[in-house]
Amino acid sequence: MLSKRIIPCLDVREGKTTKGIKFKGNVDIGDPVEMARMYYEAGADEIVFYDITASSDKRDIMIDVVRKVAETIFIPFSVGGGIRTVEDMRRVLLAGAEKVSVNSAAVLHPEIIAQGAEAFGSQCIVLGMDVKKVEPSEAIPSGYEIVINGGRKPMGLDALAWAKQAEALGAGEICLNSIDADGTKEGYELTLTALISKAVSIPVIASGGAGTPEHLRDVLTVGHADAALIASMVHYGTYTIGEIKQYLTESGVPVRRTW
Amino acid sequence: MIAIIDYDAGNLTSVQRAVSFLGKACVVTRDVGTLLEADRIIFPGVGAAGSAMESLVRYGIDRILRDAFGMGKPILGICLGSQIILDASEENDTACLGILPGIVKAFPGDMIGPDGRRLKVPHMGWNRLLCTGGHPILEGLDPMDEFYFVHGYYPQPKETAHIFCRTDYGIDFPSVIGCRNLVATQFHPEKSGRPGLRILSNFFQWNP
Repeated sequence: MLSKRIIPCLDVREGKTTKGIKFKGNVDIGDPVEMARMYYEAGADEIVFYDITASSDKRDIMIDVVRKVAETIFIPFSVGGGIRTVEDMRRVLLAGAEKVSVNSAAVLHPEIIAQGAEAFGSQCIVLGMDVKKVEPSEAIPSGYEIVINGGRKPMGLDALAWAKQAEALGAGEICLNSIDADGTKEGYELTLTALISKAVSIPVIASGGAGTPEHLRDVLTVGHADAALIASMVHYGTYTIGEIKQYLTESGVPVRRTW
Repeated sequence: MIAIIDYDAGNLTSVQRAVSFLGKACVVTRDVGTLLEADRIIFPGVGAAGSAMESLVRYGIDRILRDAFGMGKPILGICLGSQIILDASEENDTACLGILPGIVKAFPGDMIGPDGRRLKVPHMGWNRLLCTGGHPILEGLDPMDEFYFVHGYYPQPKETAHIFCRTDYGIDFPSVIGCRNLVATQFHPEKSGRPGLRILSNFFQWNP
């Protein structure tokens, strides 16, 4: 039986990890290479890096980070943030990442998904979606809208329709982030996660709102997610990945238990 | 020296990095002479069977692999490399290398998971091995150990004796197969943490 994946997410700015609360007020909490190695040894099933470096001339720092991470950890990891072209994807994959994640650029230019899938295979291409709950309308029938630029810009695009379109274009996986839940530690957005997860046949990683192991159990069962992203609950030492997996095992959720 | 075959089939650097991490000298190559001189060969690959076979034939690596197998050189196939060693693949109806009798099959589209929902294809993520026969590359593994898979097709050798492990994903499909000096894993040992690295180091010690 396939295990549900537990994936720590590291936000990286100019080569340092940070954790944002609702995308504001980032503080440096460590070295991404060191943190990735720590999570690898602690039982992470995969690692996600988001490059939130603002200036493009400092983006090469991230390629160095990717290269160093790839030399020391032997589980899959993905890199997102600032990926705008197939060439950006190629650099990250050649530096050793297993997958790349596209978000805003794919909303603005959906063909990048198809181009990436054609060049590297669907299994390499993750669609990152930032989603905000809104009043259902003609343009947004699901009541979930796609927002970009770190949650600041609503796009008038329905999240459910976008997920299906991205799958048709060749995305291999969806990382679904609820802007409303992000940073709250009050639990994942279960309704949204179940809605998207049931509508597509590619894996869905739930993101935003994890505060306790119960939250992961909920999103991996009633939310039908294939994987759960975690950040502050492990970054600040509140829980270890081992403790989370122990809880999930006792709750009947299949997870990888030896590493 | 360990040779990792380069035939334009995906990212080979992760295999190279894992081998280097384990302290072994390796080279990523498609040079016929280098492949024939190597002590061991790793045959990785991701992507589609059709284009992979085209590249293998174009570079003359199809013959080298058959020769290396005949010479008794230890060969490790990974992912696509565990598939195209068989006779043929259902993926693009491709004729393959025919080193091991059998075919490459697509997962059925209607497999149901434990939660009653349709199983997603490709099979992507961590899963266990149900070992049906011992093999030196599986030495020291815990039955609970899991390995990282990404694939929509799986190898189905004709002979049961060529299947060393199966993995449960809707069906019990063969996940470690081989014959004589050839062994192959459908999963990615280079992306499977400690137990994956153990398989690689077992392969380096293996003298078939």
